[in-house]
Amino acid sequence: MLKKTPVIIDYGSGNIRSVVKSFEHVNGGQVLSTNDPLELEGASHIVLPGVGAFADCKAGLKAFPGLVDALIEQVVGEKKPFLGICVGMQLMATLGREHGETAGFDWIRGNVVKLKPDNINLKIPHMGWNELVFHKTTHPVLSGLGSTPHAYFVHSYCFEAVNVEHVLASVEYGGLITAIVGRDNLIGTQFHPEKSQHFGLDLIKQFLTWDGTQ
Amino acid sequence: MLKARIIPCLDVDKGRVVKGVNFVDLVDAGDPVEQAKVYDLAGADELCFLDITASSEERDTIFDVVSQTAEQCFMPLTVGGGVRSLGDIRKLLLAGADKVTINTAAIHNPDFVQEAALKFGSQCIVVAIDAKSKDAKFEVFTHGGRNETGIEAIEWAKRMTDFGAGEILVTSMDRDGTKSGFNIELTKAISDAVAVPVIASGGVGTLEHMVEGIRDANASAVLAASIFHFGVYSIEEVKTYMDAAGVAVRRAESA
Repeated sequence: MLKKTPVIIDYGSGNIRSVVKSFEHVNGGQVLSTNDPLELEGASHIVLPGVGAFADCKAGLKAFPGLVDALIEQVVGEKKPFLGICVGMQLMATLGREHGETAGFDWIRGNVVKLKPDNINLKIPHMGWNELVFHKTTHPVLSGLGSTPHAYFVHSYCFEAVNVEHVLASVEYGGLITAIVGRDNLIGTQFHPEKSQHFGLDLIKQFLTWDGTQ
Repeated sequence: MLKARIIPCLDVDKGRVVKGVNFVDLVDAGDPVEQAKVYDLAGADELCFLDITASSEERDTIFDVVSQTAEQCFMPLTVGGGVRSLGDIRKLLLAGADKVTINTAAIHNPDFVQEAALKFGSQCIVVAIDAKSKDAKFEVFTHGGRNETGIEAIEWAKRMTDFGAGEILVTSMDRDGTKSGFNIELTKAISDAVAVPVIASGGVGTLEHMVEGIRDANASAVLAASIFHFGVYSIEEVKTYMDAAGVAVRRAESA
């Protein structure tokens, strides 16, 4: 098998260690976590984790000079396979509405808005294992992962995509909420694959064998 | 739909499990990492380590335990016991914990919860409330129910969520260790008063108690120690029973 060099962007957000460990586990220890823009050039795959608030994560990324530009260059320019996790996935949106309005990367048109389940008894954050409903099972990263696997979620805001074609999976929580978005070489999960046991590790494995084409 | 979570809790003292299952096939039943792996395979939805180490010098062992566990278990991991500073939280998160529970330190300094939630995000801050019935109310206690605080439990839960707690772990000190079931009244009162998820704890003795925690007390998760530790029930038995009783749970995947 070809040696992959996935790069996980470490900009001081939350559970970076958990994400790194899961990739090390899947990829035989071969993972680089960095905030050095130059190191993105050697990446085979790019992963953007993120926990906490949208605005804080965006500010955290921008705090490293050149990092956002390098990310855009590698993901949009070079079309390297990209995985956003939780807030890292939300940052792919046009706009985040958590703590005011913050511009996202606008890679997948849509807004990140407060969860408003239609049942007032449902708790916020949406926390725990929920069952995925796939809308597109032929995606290379998602094929063969089971028909209704469970994934671990922790979030209070959700991605509302403009184009339904970009929503690859949803979960039911007082209405359908976006679980996976994607287009071209981009994919993002609202849930935490690094905490979703076998299913999550399988998804990571398939992401690492993906060349970014559909 | 979202599933009710089943959370086994392991008591860890100086890096060793002191109240754990005597799994027959485990070479070292006192090894928290071995225990965690068993629970991971068994389909536990989360795992909780409670560090009961008394001396601060030996407390560093928990960081190693968390780190080794997180190398091998890709499931949510919560760590509690002795969390007193932002530095403690940072070290636990860096070791691989996903959430920390804050108990006594919140009572001594409620602002600590707010600082922690701002710094690390509400998603990783669980406030643990040990409560006991007193004069037709519920009062918050510390030190295993020995020290009263004079704080009313439901108001305290609301205040802690206002301060940014992302989850509340409610332990009934009246029921803890009695095997007579969760304190439904207490847990439901807190769950109905706060917007965040509540974990029911303290008193589980039967499978029906687990059902009651979710169905009657409106908890999002049930935490148990003894029934798992002493091998009375397996995770699978708990989930099979809850499923049959109409509580939606995540069943172990065949993959």
